[in-house]
Amino acid sequence: MIELSNITKSFNSGKPNQFTAVDNVTLAVKPGEITVFKGPSGSGKTSLLTVIGCMARPTSGRIFLRGVAAAVPFQHGGLEEVEITSLPERFLNEIRRSTFGFIFQQFNLVKGITVLENVMLPAYPTGEGRGEFRARALNLLEQFSIARLAGQRVDLLSGGELQRVAIARSLINNPSIIIADEPTAHLDSKLSRDFMAIVGRLKGEGKSVLIASHDPIVFDSPFVDTLVEMRDGAVVASRSCR
Amino acid sequence: MRRSLQFLLFTAVNLTIFLLLPLHARHAQSGGYAKLQSAQLRSLHVTDLCLATEARYTRHPAMADRHAPFQEHPLALEHFPSGSLILPPLQHREKP
Amino acid sequence: MKRAVERHLNILEFTLASLLRRRAKNLSLLAMYLLVIFMLASLLFFVSALKREAAIILNDAPDMIVQRLMAGRQDLIPAGYAAEIAAIRGVTAVRPRLWGYYYDALNGANYTIIAGDAPTSAPGRATVGAGVAKARNLAVGDLLPLTSYDRAPVMLEIGTIFPSGSDLVAADLIVVSSADFHQLFNFPGGQATDLAVTVRNPRELPTVAAKIASQFPDSRPILKSEIQRTYQSIFDWRGGMTLIVLVSSLLSFIIFSWDKATGLSAEERKEIGILKSIGWETSDVLLLKFWEGIAVSLTAFLLGTVLAYGHVFFLSAPLFAQALKGWSVIYPRFQLVPVVDAYQLALLFFLTVVPYTTATVIPCWRAATIDPDAAMRY
Ligand SMILES: Nc1ncnc2c1ncn2[C@@H]1O[C@H](COP(=O)(O)OP(=O)(O)OP(=O)(O)O)[C@@H](O)[C@H]1O
Ligand SMILES: [Mg+2]
Repeated sequence: MIELSNITKSFNSGKPNQFTAVDNVTLAVKPGEITVFKGPSGSGKTSLLTVIGCMARPTSGRIFLRGVAAAVPFQHGGLEEVEITSLPERFLNEIRRSTFGFIFQQFNLVKGITVLENVMLPAYPTGEGRGEFRARALNLLEQFSIARLAGQRVDLLSGGELQRVAIARSLINNPSIIIADEPTAHLDSKLSRDFMAIVGRLKGEGKSVLIASHDPIVFDSPFVDTLVEMRDGAVVASRSCR
Repeated sequence: MRRSLQFLLFTAVNLTIFLLLPLHARHAQSGGYAKLQSAQLRSLHVTDLCLATEARYTRHPAMADRHAPFQEHPLALEHFPSGSLILPPLQHREKP
Repeated sequence: MKRAVERHLNILEFTLASLLRRRAKNLSLLAMYLLVIFMLASLLFFVSALKREAAIILNDAPDMIVQRLMAGRQDLIPAGYAAEIAAIRGVTAVRPRLWGYYYDALNGANYTIIAGDAPTSAPGRATVGAGVAKARNLAVGDLLPLTSYDRAPVMLEIGTIFPSGSDLVAADLIVVSSADFHQLFNFPGGQATDLAVTVRNPRELPTVAAKIASQFPDSRPILKSEIQRTYQSIFDWRGGMTLIVLVSSLLSFIIFSWDKATGLSAEERKEIGILKSIGWETSDVLLLKFWEGIAVSLTAFLLGTVLAYGHVFFLSAPLFAQALKGWSVIYPRFQLVPVVDAYQLALLFFLTVVPYTTATVIPCWRAATIDPDAAMRY
């Protein structure tokens, strides 16, 4: 469970061009569910996801991780709850690496190296043995039926293949939460539906998935559990689709 | 083998050869001293190394008098930096 | 511990993969780097080996040489000087030396002719250096025809040829008897080229030299220490000259690598952003760049030094021998005894590997500290 309480994210605080992208959001995201953030452009979806994913700190407010803390390397007295907004940089990074997997709108794969290497990239600095995460990466490629591309450079892949490589990469460190920002923006409707099918499968494996999107294929998908609507940085509606 | 291990192995081999250089040098020094010790050569009490034989002041730098560089081969390189800028007159440049 | 090692190995793995992406560029960079190190290290090896040989050879040099000057040129010294110098207190021996140059019109070579002492140099026989033997195609027992200064032929039988191992002293030497020397150069009797003076106590040398200078105002005493100093400065000069050339090439290399490193391309910047966004820490990115610098510069340093060692000590430094040869017809083979100066190599290391690695890491510092969320906005 991810619990946000009074999260505000402002850019250029204290300057004349100060801008509040996320305004006082209080929200609970249930584990093992697909949550979609929907809203017009500039409504603060990306900003909110970066805050949740420990990529940026909120200007104010607190975020609690419950039940997913098992992946965190340290535990204060067996506490199952971590308040991530107050953690020092190092631990934040550690949590981000072990708890979250990211899928970006532009895929953000590293050009010039192979698909397999791209998928393994997030595992490199963890200090895990190469043999172990390599096996896991090959297994993921197999799952997404792109195993035959393992040795190929990413430069030559099609959009759908790139998307699946990006998904495989987000899963390499066994995260319990997947964050996807506009994952279908570069895909046609068939590939978008394929993507949602994959997301549905991940949910079946017990992962929580957070998606920011204004693509109807995404938020009208039968796999979606909760739909959060945003406008001008604030949550205007949050409803369960079940 | 992993590429990183290959690289480290390659570097280790290089490093080993590199570290063997001083040992090789010391070994060669202990054996190579004798070649300069020929009795006949020593009795000559030479004052100079035979590095370049083109001019008196390059063959016997320690013995050459101070004006020597002026007297030698017109194209000889000399100690004075100006020599690399000012070439001798054309008629002197023909080799004997 | 194991995790730390694995982290290094994994990041090194990615370093190599990304270096191999721009294979041609990085290999040519490595080759250029290698060349610079190779030249610098060759020079260091060459000069320090020559210095050592000079020190050994000059150890046997006479304590003092006394020349006579005439109108600013060296002139023959009368044997009478020898007796008077021998009488100065502290002088143990004065040996008149007979030596000079012979220009061989056949091949344009200059020989150094020395009159040796009686037991080794019988009249009509000569001992020659390996360079002379090669230039005139001589073997032991052959006759070497020279022309005396009054145009008479002088025939010398080759008794011994100095081994080429002693080239650094003897490549152009022809050692003959005094009688042949006088005949060859039409050399006046009762004169010598210069005097070799031996002094009992080396500390008295300056005093003795001062006495000689005041007793014979036309004389020029040359102390052993001055000879040694001359060679010190020659190697510094040659080394210095070449060093200037090489340092400038090194500087241009540093500028080049600096330019390469500071001009972090947008692509690289983006790549660092991606790494940050997928969970790499700033220190991981810097480690990546550190390995990148090390992979290029350490390889170039180690390979370059080892190759330079082979070039100078196994192949007799063909690159530098060419430069030293100049107009010489006879030149020594630089069969140098290896010398490794750890201090100089350490200096070379700190002047090449360290700046390059720093120039690779530092510019990424800024890029590596960007917020991980930047990648969300590409
Ligand atoms: N680093 C920044 N500095 C200043 N303003 C920013 C910064 N990042 C985002 N913003 C602003 O914050 C607002 C919200 O941006 P955000 O990217 O979160 O919107 P979004 O809902 O994801 O929009 P879209 O659907 O177009 O992706 C935008 O108006 C944007 O201009
Ligand atoms: Mg967005």
